[in-house]
Amino acid sequence: MAPDHNPRQSGDGTAASPVGLALFWVYVVLYGGFMALVLVRPDLLSLRPFGGVNLAIVSGMGLIAAAFGLSVVYMILRVGR
Amino acid sequence: MIHQTSLIAVAIFAAFVLGVLALSFWLGRKGQSASGYYAAHGQIHWFVNGIAFAGDYLSAASFLGICGMIAFSGYDGFLYSIGFLAGWIVALFVIAEPIKALGKFTFADALDSRFNSRGIKLAVAISTLVVSIFYLIPQMVGAGSLIKPLLGLPHEAGVILVGVTVTLIVVTAGMVSTTWVQFIKGSLLVFFCGVLTVLILGRGLVVNAGRSGEENLAPQVKTVQPDGAVLVDGAPQSKDHDLRPVGTILRLPERFGDARTTGPLGPLAYLSALEDSTIVTWSAKKHVDADGLHTTYSPVEKQGSDLLKPGGYFKGLTTGKLADRLDFASLMLALFCGTASLPHILIRYYTVKDAAAARKSTVVGIAAIGVFYVLTLFLGLGAMTSGALDPTDTNMAAPLLAKSFSNTLFAVISAIAFTTVLGTVSGLIMAGSGAVAHDLVENVLGVRMNDHEKIRVGKLAAVGLGIVAMVLGIVFRNFNVSFLVGWAFNIAASANLPALVMLLFWPRTTRQGIIAAVTVGMLASLAWILLSADTFEKVYGISRDLALTPFSQPGLVTIPLGFLVLIVVSLLTPPPVTPSVSRR
Repeated sequence: MAPDHNPRQSGDGTAASPVGLALFWVYVVLYGGFMALVLVRPDLLSLRPFGGVNLAIVSGMGLIAAAFGLSVVYMILRVGR
Repeated sequence: MIHQTSLIAVAIFAAFVLGVLALSFWLGRKGQSASGYYAAHGQIHWFVNGIAFAGDYLSAASFLGICGMIAFSGYDGFLYSIGFLAGWIVALFVIAEPIKALGKFTFADALDSRFNSRGIKLAVAISTLVVSIFYLIPQMVGAGSLIKPLLGLPHEAGVILVGVTVTLIVVTAGMVSTTWVQFIKGSLLVFFCGVLTVLILGRGLVVNAGRSGEENLAPQVKTVQPDGAVLVDGAPQSKDHDLRPVGTILRLPERFGDARTTGPLGPLAYLSALEDSTIVTWSAKKHVDADGLHTTYSPVEKQGSDLLKPGGYFKGLTTGKLADRLDFASLMLALFCGTASLPHILIRYYTVKDAAAARKSTVVGIAAIGVFYVLTLFLGLGAMTSGALDPTDTNMAAPLLAKSFSNTLFAVISAIAFTTVLGTVSGLIMAGSGAVAHDLVENVLGVRMNDHEKIRVGKLAAVGLGIVAMVLGIVFRNFNVSFLVGWAFNIAASANLPALVMLLFWPRTTRQGIIAAVTVGMLASLAWILLSADTFEKVYGISRDLALTPFSQPGLVTIPLGFLVLIVVSLLTPPPVTPSVSRR
């Protein structure tokens, strides 16, 4: 049997970019923070700090917007690559 | 409920389905190679692929399931929207570009790109089939739910109709027609959900929408007798004597005085007014005696503020029971990790020409999917207060919301929902057919085939999967489709993600480690689901107290288990030695 190949080669397109990984961890913090709030202090999500809309909806919409915002940032940073 | 069918509804629905089939046959006339059948020659434009991502991903679970869950349980359905979208972050930032560089036709190609191992191909092909079949179930259930009110046909007819149509789409032109069906479906879905949301906001909140008087608040009892006859409140069910549609506002906020309607509202004002309103939701309780199965639907008066916070569906978030909280955490972890592990999503990266196109199409997909998930909140809440809900079927909330505006819109939304099922099911059958023909028959069994034979085997596999999907769609007819799709995400995340991530990030990963991680992740998550309380109660029909797992969603345990198994087995086996990469 042929020997197995060493998996990762830098610059060959088979590794995720450092920028992408950094943005990934940013989102993990946001998503993890939201889920922690839901699990530990769901009562806080009933607060209505913005225009009569509660924090549960604002933060949920915010997570969706953040996903799109980070993806656009990533696309801009990776232009030409 | 017995739903009235209308000629215009049937005509619009037929036009949609025939249009999709015509497109598929037209694309199928073009000459095909295996590359064309499985990966559309890698020539799909990134924007088209991005919208097709949305068409592939926004399944019956997203449209019918989430809207239904929000309509009946409030905010918790939106947690699915958040989790489903978050998974795309993993796909974009971690998976998209590497998988494009590693693979050719199937997910197994990518995981096996450096090892040339039959064991990897076999394990990943089986995992692809298992995930695809689990994902197929809710789509077919959704199709059955739609057909009842639209065409007046039984659930089984909807399942068979979608099964036959999708099999025809896949068999005629493979990934090319599948891509365009998904592109059209994704575009229509987002556009018409936007239209529906504008109509919801334009109508505002209405007291006792669709009905009037105290009868709204009387309990209703549906009895299914041992001989199959159905009674409503003790008398035989008919079009003139049926369950009443439900879901109304009892009182508007004080700031609207004695008004029975708020009039048009902006998005924030709509949400704010709903929070301050009093809403009637309906609970269902079942009991069985000698006369049959009785389901009592009872009105429950709730404050909007209670419906717009977590805990309506995931009861454990408010009761504080640790197992219930772990169950929720496990589901949300699976949704986050599962998207980038779904074979039918991953193979779409092979339909574009390079890594940059893969990246750009993912961003377009995130935009379209993100907009849709924001709209689901308004669709669900609009349905909750539309006075049009069928208390027996949570999956019908969105189409019945459309019906509260007009029969034509109902027909259009139902037809789009049906094409939603078509788009996703065709993607799943493509993934499954590739796993059988390319991975199992060609690579594992070593059957040498020319292009024509590869396509023929793929088409035969597609027909077989179509039949399996139809059978399962009938068996699981009474499940909420979002709930069912959670299982598929758990299995995908447990079986596929650890191997994929470690292959990309840990040079010490070995062939044996990948095989073990995929196998253990898949079997462990499957076993966990089969032994869980939800399955005991909803599938086996026995007490959930007898379940052998502490909570129902396996991801919290089985995803880390997949990583652990891969690391341990890799460390126990010889390291990879040759520093070269088998690029496809």
